Amino acid sequence: MTAFFQSLGLPYEWAWTVATLAAIIVISLLVMFSVAMVIYVDRKVLGAIMLRRGPNVVGPFGLLQSFADGLKVFLQETIIPSAANKGIFLLAPIITFTVALAAWAVIPFSAGMVLADINVGLLYILAISSMGVYGVVMSGWASNSKYPFFSAMRASAQMISYEVSIGFVLVCVVLFAGTFNLSGIVNAQQGFGLGLINAYAIHPLLFPMWVVFFISALAETARAPFDLTEAESELVAGYQTEYSSMSFALFWLGEYANILLMCSLNTLLFWGGWLPPLDIPVLYMVPGIIWFLLKTFVFFFMFSWIWATVPRYRYDQLMRLGWKVFLPMSLFFVAATSSWLMATGAFGEQFAIF
Amino acid sequence: MLIQAIAFYFFATIVVASAVMVVMARNPVHSVLWLILAFFNAAGLMVLLGAEFIAMLLVIVYVGAVAVLFLFVVMMLDIDFAAMRAGFSRNAPLGLLIAAILLAELLLGVGAYNAGGLTLGKAAGDAAQAAGTSNIEALGELLYGRYIVLFEIAGIILLVAMIGAIVLTFQPPKPGARARQDVAKQIRRRPEDATVMKSPEVGQGVEL
Repeated sequence: MTAFFQSLGLPYEWAWTVATLAAIIVISLLVMFSVAMVIYVDRKVLGAIMLRRGPNVVGPFGLLQSFADGLKVFLQETIIPSAANKGIFLLAPIITFTVALAAWAVIPFSAGMVLADINVGLLYILAISSMGVYGVVMSGWASNSKYPFFSAMRASAQMISYEVSIGFVLVCVVLFAGTFNLSGIVNAQQGFGLGLINAYAIHPLLFPMWVVFFISALAETARAPFDLTEAESELVAGYQTEYSSMSFALFWLGEYANILLMCSLNTLLFWGGWLPPLDIPVLYMVPGIIWFLLKTFVFFFMFSWIWATVPRYRYDQLMRLGWKVFLPMSLFFVAATSSWLMATGAFGEQFAIF
Repeated sequence: MLIQAIAFYFFATIVVASAVMVVMARNPVHSVLWLILAFFNAAGLMVLLGAEFIAMLLVIVYVGAVAVLFLFVVMMLDIDFAAMRAGFSRNAPLGLLIAAILLAELLLGVGAYNAGGLTLGKAAGDAAQAAGTSNIEALGELLYGRYIVLFEIAGIILLVAMIGAIVLTFQPPKPGARARQDVAKQIRRRPEDATVMKSPEVGQGVEL
């Protein structure tokens, strides 16, 4: 895209700047559109599992329901509690939303279709997702109300706990791929299983890690069965209790953008990203982005499915699962993975010195 | 170079301004939030230097973990803000003195580095980053190759410190205290163990 703007007579630096800004706007709009559609899918799947229809009034099959909701929320009045800490109260949803969008900068949608193809892509994702907790904590504190505050406490402890095991899971993947670059990780999966299957998750050492990652992703996005931060039976609506109108909508959109991000990470790290499931030339006829969206959608469906079927965890059980089950397990697998790679000498080219 | 210059002055200004606000903010929670902003923009400066790995670690470790715990503790505290502010003017000279010493040391260090010529110890080779290697590879080769012993010593010191902290805060359960939670027992529990079905006659009570 830089070349296109250069052809309009701009010097390289400015062409690069304009091209990057354009790409950011395109990606943000697409992510927002997918979030709107995915909220609709979520409600439809829940409806189907609960034997009801789900949204079916606005537009054909209710497809425009999310946009109608967005419009409604946009026209509502923004209420700021008089006892709230005004600046932080308004800043919190903006942080949640911005952080949720910023992580998409390094996600490769297809071969070469990525905004920032940086070497430390995976670390960038970790860094950005660890920022996400601030939106929740700040809103909980600034609301100056008991329930949001409890929710913020829960959220911060929960997110920090599960980030630890996610970190170790990512170490296993990085050991296999030999790079932190997300495109590099996807390329390393081509023909990984018996020269036929394009997925890391079929390896006996990585499949348990994928399961740990998937469950930790549920906890990290505070999705059922780990949605203790907004457990409506205990905390009204958690940290969002005092929010209304667009500030509430920003939380909502940010939450779903994060869920989509976690689904796409599942795809990229364990299930071959934009590569077709099998390494057969015919399947490469389908564009990579179709495979990527398809796989991401399957994971999103699993998220909805779990929401509809699994009851909520108790908080001490959540902490126990994170610290006493997942952490030792992922630590063991880091050791096992590196031993396996050393024993078989199956390191990537990057480790040729050994 | 213009964009780099704009980015540098943008990040640098915010770092300095938010560092000032950390000290000046009336509310300790605001102080921590300004501190987080300073960390984040310092990471931006690191990226401009081409040290993207350090930048990401700065955000993951300081913003993602350390500052969250700061915020956690500060939010839980019940602080009298007025009393906290009272000591500001009294302690300001001392603070300025420490800042001046730090500034002098920094200038001295940079000056000595620019003067060049001093070599401490015997280097095993050129530490400069080879062309074409990424940040992570260069750091990894230094840490796990040349400085492996120092690196492992640092690791062991941290491990000892961690175990020490756990030993200091660990309280063994007092004899006769409430029974401890047995997770396996909780999971084994079934509805049949906890409930009994009774269908009493009208007007009759239930014997349990």
